[in-house]
Amino acid sequence: MPEPIHRITGIAAPLPRANVDTDAIIPKAHLLTIHRSGLGAGLFSEWRFDDDGRERPDFVLNQAPWREAKILLAGENFGCGSSREHAVWSLMDFGIRCVIAPSFASIFHENCQKNGLAAVTLDETALAHLVAVVQAMPAATMTVDIETCRVTAPDGREFPFTMEAARRQALLEGLDEIGASLRHDAAMAAFEARDRAQRPWIHALPTA
Amino acid sequence: MTTPRSIIDKIWDQHVVADLGDGRVLLHIDRHMLHEVTSPQAYAGLAAAGRRLRRPDLTFATADHIVSTENGRTDDTVPGGPEMIRALRANAESTGVALFDLGDVRQGIVHVIAPELGIALPGATLVCGDSHTSTVGALGAMAWGIGTSEVEHVMATQTAILRRPPTMRITFTGTRPAGVSAKDMVLKLIATIGTAGATGYGVEYAGPAIRALSMEERMTVCNMSVELGARFGLIAPDAVTFAYLQGRPFAPAGDLWERAVEAWRALASDPGARFDAEIELDVSTLTPQVSWGTSPQDCIGVGDTVPDPECEADPKRRQAMRRALDYIGLEPGTPIRDLPVDMVFIGSCTNSRIEDLRAAAAVLKGRRVAAGLRALVVPGSGQVRRQAEAEGLDRVFTAAGFEWREPGCSMCAGMNADRVPPGKRCVATSNRNFEGRQGPGARTHLASPATAAAAAVAGRIVDVRSLAAHSLEGSA
Repeated sequence: MPEPIHRITGIAAPLPRANVDTDAIIPKAHLLTIHRSGLGAGLFSEWRFDDDGRERPDFVLNQAPWREAKILLAGENFGCGSSREHAVWSLMDFGIRCVIAPSFASIFHENCQKNGLAAVTLDETALAHLVAVVQAMPAATMTVDIETCRVTAPDGREFPFTMEAARRQALLEGLDEIGASLRHDAAMAAFEARDRAQRPWIHALPTA
Repeated sequence: MTTPRSIIDKIWDQHVVADLGDGRVLLHIDRHMLHEVTSPQAYAGLAAAGRRLRRPDLTFATADHIVSTENGRTDDTVPGGPEMIRALRANAESTGVALFDLGDVRQGIVHVIAPELGIALPGATLVCGDSHTSTVGALGAMAWGIGTSEVEHVMATQTAILRRPPTMRITFTGTRPAGVSAKDMVLKLIATIGTAGATGYGVEYAGPAIRALSMEERMTVCNMSVELGARFGLIAPDAVTFAYLQGRPFAPAGDLWERAVEAWRALASDPGARFDAEIELDVSTLTPQVSWGTSPQDCIGVGDTVPDPECEADPKRRQAMRRALDYIGLEPGTPIRDLPVDMVFIGSCTNSRIEDLRAAAAVLKGRRVAAGLRALVVPGSGQVRRQAEAEGLDRVFTAAGFEWREPGCSMCAGMNADRVPPGKRCVATSNRNFEGRQGPGARTHLASPATAAAAAVAGRIVDVRSLAAHSLEGSA
C-alpha cells in the first residue's frame, strides 16, 4: 500500500526525450526476480552503465547533483511499451517520487498511481522552461505540491497542473485500492448472479 | 429509439459492477491470464494481505517470457528463471488456477494460447500483466495489458478500476495487394499515426480490409494496438470468428454455444454509433513494410530509403531520428532493401501462429538460409508446433537451416537466453524494435514472416514479392 504523499521537494533531473519505453527504464536483465525490491540498481541500466558496468559520465543520473534527484523531467509518451511495473518500482527504489512529462503511456500511468509515484502532466512549454531552469541551477530544488496542484520551479515560477480527482486523492491518502474495491462485495455478488443468467458461458467453463 | 452504441460501449455497459464516481467504474473481468514475470509479486501481495484469489475458475497461467526454447528443455533457463517458473507453479497450485506448464502441449505465449484454447471469447473482458494482451481483441474481446498491482487487484476482486476510454474507429479500406500481409497493414498504420497516435483510446478496427482478414491475421493487427498507445484494439466478431472458436477446449459447447453466438452477433457497432476519433487507411497500394529505427513508427516500404532527420521540421523528432539512426547504424538516404542482416527471428505473439509459419515456410521451401546467418523459428505454442510438424513445416525450416525451437517469447522479449548480440542486425517478426529490446546493442528490423524468411535466404532485406521472379541464391 503506497505511503500518503502531499508534496515533493527535491532535485529535478532533466531527461526530455520522447517515447522513453519501459525496456529502457528497466532493462530485462533486471526482471528475473520474484521480488519488487532492490530494482533501483537496474534503473536505466543500459544508459547509466557501459558494457563493463562502469557509469557513463554523460548520462544525467550519473551527474551531481542529479544522481540525488527526486523528480524526473521527462518527454512525451513516457513509459510506453511493456506493462512491467518494475519500471515504477525501479524509479522509486532509486529515489524518484515524481515524474513530470507532457504525456504518459496508459499502463505506466496506472502503475504510477498504484505505487504512489506522482505522475504530473505539464505542457511542452512549461516543461521546456523547467528543463532550462534546472540546467542553469541544478542544485536548486523544485517543489511539486499535490494538495494545491502546483509545481514551483527553482526560479520561483509556478505552474499549475490538473490531476484527476481520484488520482490526486490516492496520492494524498495512500489508498488501499483493493481494500476499497472489496467493499463493493454486495454489488459484485449481484453482478455475478445477474451475469451468470445472462452469459452462462462466461462462468461455467469446461474444466481443464 | 435508443442511442446507437459501438461494440466498445456494449461490452463496457455489460461489465459495469459499480460506479465509483469521478468517471470511474469497477468493471468485471471475465478472463485473467497469468505468466511468470508479472504475477509473483502480485501473489506475494495477495498473501501478505491475507486475501484469496476470488475466481480461480476464470484464471489461467502459463510460463512463456523467460522459459528456454531449446529442444529437450527443463526449468533451467537464465539465472533467476527457474525460481520464477517454480513460483508460478506453486502459486497456481495453491490457488487452484489451471496452469499450462512446460511439457504440456497447451503451453505457449499467453496471447497465442488464450484464443487457441477458447479462453478468450467475443464480448468478454480479458486482462493479463502484459501489454500485448490486446492481441485477443481480434475475437471481439475487450482485452488489455495491466501492471502487477492491477493483477493483484483482479486476483482479489475479479474487477478492474477503469475510466471509460475515448473511442477510435480505424477503418481499413481497399483490397490488400498480393504479397502484403496483416503485419504490413499494422506497421503502416503505426508509421502513419505514430506510437502515441491512439494513446488512451479504445480502438475498433473496421472496414473491408479487416473483414477480409483471417482470424490469425486479425490477431496480428490487434496485437500491435499498444504500439499505437491504445488501451485495447478489437474487431467485431463475425462468421470467421465463430468458425475459429467452435470446438475449442474452453469455448462454450452445445446449447451454450448457440446462445453465446446469438449474443455475440449483437455485439457489432450499431449504424451511426459515435466514435471520438475516426481514421481511415487505404491498403490498395500498400507494400511490405520494414522498420529502419528504434520505434515501431519508424517503418517504411521495402522499396523506400531511410529518411533524413534534416528534412524533419520538428526539432524533437529530428533529434529522436538522429539518435535512432546512430543506434541502428544507418545513414539517411540508404535504401532499406539490400541491407545485410545477421539474424532472422520468426516468432512472438505478433507472428508465431500456424498461418505465420506457413507464410514463412512457403518462402523457404527449397531454399537455404544465407551463409553465416542465424535463423530461429519459435512457434507460439505447443499446439502450433505440433500442427506445423503434422504439416511438415518443421522439415522445411530445418532443411533451410532454421533452428526449430520450443514455444515461448524468446527473442522478442529477449528475457531468456535467445538474444541478438550487440551490433548485430536482426529481421524480426516481433513487435518492438526499441534500443536493447532483443539484447543490449541489438539492431532490430520489424517485418512480416514472409519478409523475414526472404531476408534469411538472401542474407539481406529484400522484397519478398520479387522471389517468384528471381532465384535468391544467385543474387547475393
